[in-house]
Amino acid sequence: MEFINFLQYSFIQKAFFAGAFVAITCSALGLFLVLKKMSLIGDGLSHVSFGAIALALFLGFYPFYMAIPVVMLASLLILKISEKAKVYGDAAIGIVSAIGIAGGVILASVSKGFNVDLFSYLFGNILAISNIEVILSVILSLIVLLIIYFFYWDLFSATFDEEYAKTTGVKTNSINTIITLLTAVTVVLSVKMVGVMLVSALLILPAATALQLSSSFKKAILIGGLTALISVLFGISFSFFLDLPTGATIVMVNALFFALAVFYKKTFT
Amino acid sequence: MPTIITIKNLSFNYGQTEILKDISFAVESGDFIGLAGPNGAGKTTLIKVILGLLPITKGEIELFDKQQKNFSDWSKIGYLPQKLATINSLFPATVNEVVALGLLSGKTLPKRITKNDQKKVGAILEELGISDLKKRMLSELSGGQQQKVFLARALVSSPEILIFDEPSTALDPESRESFFKLIKKLNEKKGIAILLITHDTSYIGKYANKFLYVDKELIYFGKFSDFCRSAKMNSYFGKYEQHIICHQHN
Repeated sequence: MEFINFLQYSFIQKAFFAGAFVAITCSALGLFLVLKKMSLIGDGLSHVSFGAIALALFLGFYPFYMAIPVVMLASLLILKISEKAKVYGDAAIGIVSAIGIAGGVILASVSKGFNVDLFSYLFGNILAISNIEVILSVILSLIVLLIIYFFYWDLFSATFDEEYAKTTGVKTNSINTIITLLTAVTVVLSVKMVGVMLVSALLILPAATALQLSSSFKKAILIGGLTALISVLFGISFSFFLDLPTGATIVMVNALFFALAVFYKKTFT
Repeated sequence: MPTIITIKNLSFNYGQTEILKDISFAVESGDFIGLAGPNGAGKTTLIKVILGLLPITKGEIELFDKQQKNFSDWSKIGYLPQKLATINSLFPATVNEVVALGLLSGKTLPKRITKNDQKKVGAILEELGISDLKKRMLSELSGGQQQKVFLARALVSSPEILIFDEPSTALDPESRESFFKLIKKLNEKKGIAILLITHDTSYIGKYANKFLYVDKELIYFGKFSDFCRSAKMNSYFGKYEQHIICHQHN
C-alpha cells in the first residue's frame, strides 16, 4: 500500500521518468567512452558544469540553459587542447576541469548570495526536478540516443579500431567530436540526478557492468541500458523509503550490480 | 595489367625527420609483392601514406587511376593492420560484428548492415573455414583465428588489393604457413593483388612474385627472379644474404 502511494507522488513519477531517460542515455554513451578509454571526460565535464551553473546563477540565468552550451564548448576545448597543444587527452581534461571548478568557486565567493543553490548541484536531487527539467531531460536524451542510433556503426568502428575505421571512410575526427559533444549534454542532464561529484559513475558503472556480462556489442548496449534503468528505479525507491540521498543511492545500486556482475563472471564463466 | 597503385616520387617527413625519400613504384593487378626493409626503414609509414592515414609530404599517389585525395571507393582496398597485440581484450565484439565493419566503406549515413551484408559476412567466413566462430567473441579466439577474422574483414568488401602489415608476427610456424597458402590462393584464384610487409625475407620468396625493399628510399623493386640475379643487389646485400632471401623462390 505504501509503495502504491509512493508511486502516486508526482515528484516520484517525474524522477522515474526523467531518470530513466538520462540513465539509459548515460549507459549507451558510457560504453563508447569506457571502451575508448575516455571515461574521465565525464568527470572533467561535470566539474565544468559546476562552473557553468555558478556562472548562470551569477548572471541570473536558468542553470540548464547556461550549462549546456558552456559544457559543450568546454568539451570542444578539451579536444583542441589535446590536438593543438600536444597535450595528452587526460591532461587536457584535467586542465579544463580545473578551470571549471576554479571558476565556480571564485564566482561563488564573489557573489555570496547563491552558495546554497550552487552547492545543491554538487550532489544533485532528482526528487526536486522541475517540469521544465523533465521535458528538457527527455527531449535531450532522445536526441542523444537518436544520434547514437544514426552513427551506430561509425561509432562502433571508430571505437573498436580507429585506424582501420579511417581506411573504410569513417570520419573518425568527426566521430570523436560527436562523442565529446554528446557527453557534454549528457553530463549536464545527469548533474540534476546525481550531482557534479557522481556524474561519471552514471557513465562508467553500467558500461563496466555490461562489459562483464555481454557476448556482443549490441548485447553490451542492452545490458548497460537495463542495468542503468533498474539502478535508477531502485535507487530512487530505496532513497525514499530509507531516507537516503537519492543520487548517492542510485550510484550505490549501480556499484552493487557491477560487483554482482564481476562475481558472476568469476564464479560461473 | 591494370595498375592499382602508382607511387611517384613520394616523400614523407615526420617533423624535420625524413622517413621516406623519393619512392616510386606501381602495383599491378595480380601482383604479390613482398615489402621488406630493416627496422625503422619506413615500411609501415609507406602503407599508411598509401591508405591516407598519414599525409603525403611530397610526390603523388594514384589509386585506381585517381589521385588519392579524390579516391573514395575504399572498398576496393582491403587492409589488415598489425594489430593482434593491441586488440582491446575488453571489447565485446563478435566475429560477425567485426567482419561487418569491412562493409562500411561506401555506405551513406545512417549506415546499416543489411541482410544482404550479413549474407556476405556468412559467405566469407564460410570461404575461410571459420563460420563456426561467427557468434564467438573476438577476444576468446587464438592469434591464428583472430588473424583469419581480420582477413575476412579485409576480404568481405571484395577488394582488388589486400595490404598486410606483418600478418605473421603473432602466428606459430604452422599457422603462418597455412595463412600464406591462403593468401597465395586468393592471389592466384581471385586475382587479388597483395602488398605485404614482412620481416621474414627468407620466407617471402616462396610466395611473392615481386620484391620491394626500402630503407627510407627505394633499394629494389621488381621481379623476385630478377632480384636474385641482380649483380647490383648482390653487391648491396652480399652474396650470402641475397641467397637467403632468394633460396625459397622458384
